[in-house]
Amino acid sequence: MTLFRNVVFIAAIAGLVAGVVLACMQAYATVPLILKAEVYEQAGGGHTHDHGLAPAATDSNAMSSAMPAEAATAEEEGWAPADGFERFAFNVVANVVTGIGFALILVAASEFAGGIGNWRQGLFWGFAGFAVFTLAPNLGLPPELPAMPAADLAQRQIWWTATVVATAAGLGLLAFRKSLPLAVIAVGLIVAPHIVGAPQPDSFESPIPDGLHHQFVVAVTLTNLVFWLVLGAVAGLVRGRLTGTATGLRDSFA
Amino acid sequence: MNTASVSLGASVSSQSRFVQLALAAFLGIFVMGFVGFSHIDAVHNAAHDYRHSMGFPCH
Repeated sequence: MTLFRNVVFIAAIAGLVAGVVLACMQAYATVPLILKAEVYEQAGGGHTHDHGLAPAATDSNAMSSAMPAEAATAEEEGWAPADGFERFAFNVVANVVTGIGFALILVAASEFAGGIGNWRQGLFWGFAGFAVFTLAPNLGLPPELPAMPAADLAQRQIWWTATVVATAAGLGLLAFRKSLPLAVIAVGLIVAPHIVGAPQPDSFESPIPDGLHHQFVVAVTLTNLVFWLVLGAVAGLVRGRLTGTATGLRDSFA
Repeated sequence: MNTASVSLGASVSSQSRFVQLALAAFLGIFVMGFVGFSHIDAVHNAAHDYRHSMGFPCH
């Protein structure tokens, strides 16, 4: 299992570095916007988790005007980290853990294609990861702030997953198969999820101002771009150290 | 795209190579799915800001 061990080793280092970088960026760029949105959410009656029922319950169009107080207290949500340091700490953990998860997927996929040779190739692999996991799904399902209207959670998760798989397959075909019909199929795969369309909420009425949401979409997209570039570059660097970059360089000049 | 000429596990057979890489990828998908997609309330709440910040479907 040397290969498996090496892949996990590379992914652990790349995921740790990129996850910490992403957590720091989120602390400045995205989390403050989430906290702002939560103020609107609280004003609108608190966290509602019964998605299907939510539109029916608010059929009177008195959206944000002081919902009854019992709506806020009735919701039983289970354990949650306390605001402040604890919440930040859990966010860092989530970032590092999923960073390693994304790195495992990226490194394993790249090994099938011969591996990431150096940090510059890593940038391109990272950009591909950004396109697959951020750009494509966020076209149909823009990053949401708390309290924004959204369709059924399970349906959105299915669409998200299908879009990621189709985009990854499409990009893979484009990059590694030199055949015109396959390239046409690849473009079809990338476009298809958006023709099918992401599940949409019944109503787009939202207590969150458009400006705040737009700012959030930009922040999410850019922080994710940096995350993926760091992830790919570090994976390339560590892999180079592991295999001996010198050989790779000599062969690429030959 | 030109590929790297050095393989990570030069000594392993191609079948074992496939199994090990697939295993690594599945481990990654599992980790990502658990943190980003789990419907368990405590997991959702702990990773709440992260899910929103990554554009994962949430709520």
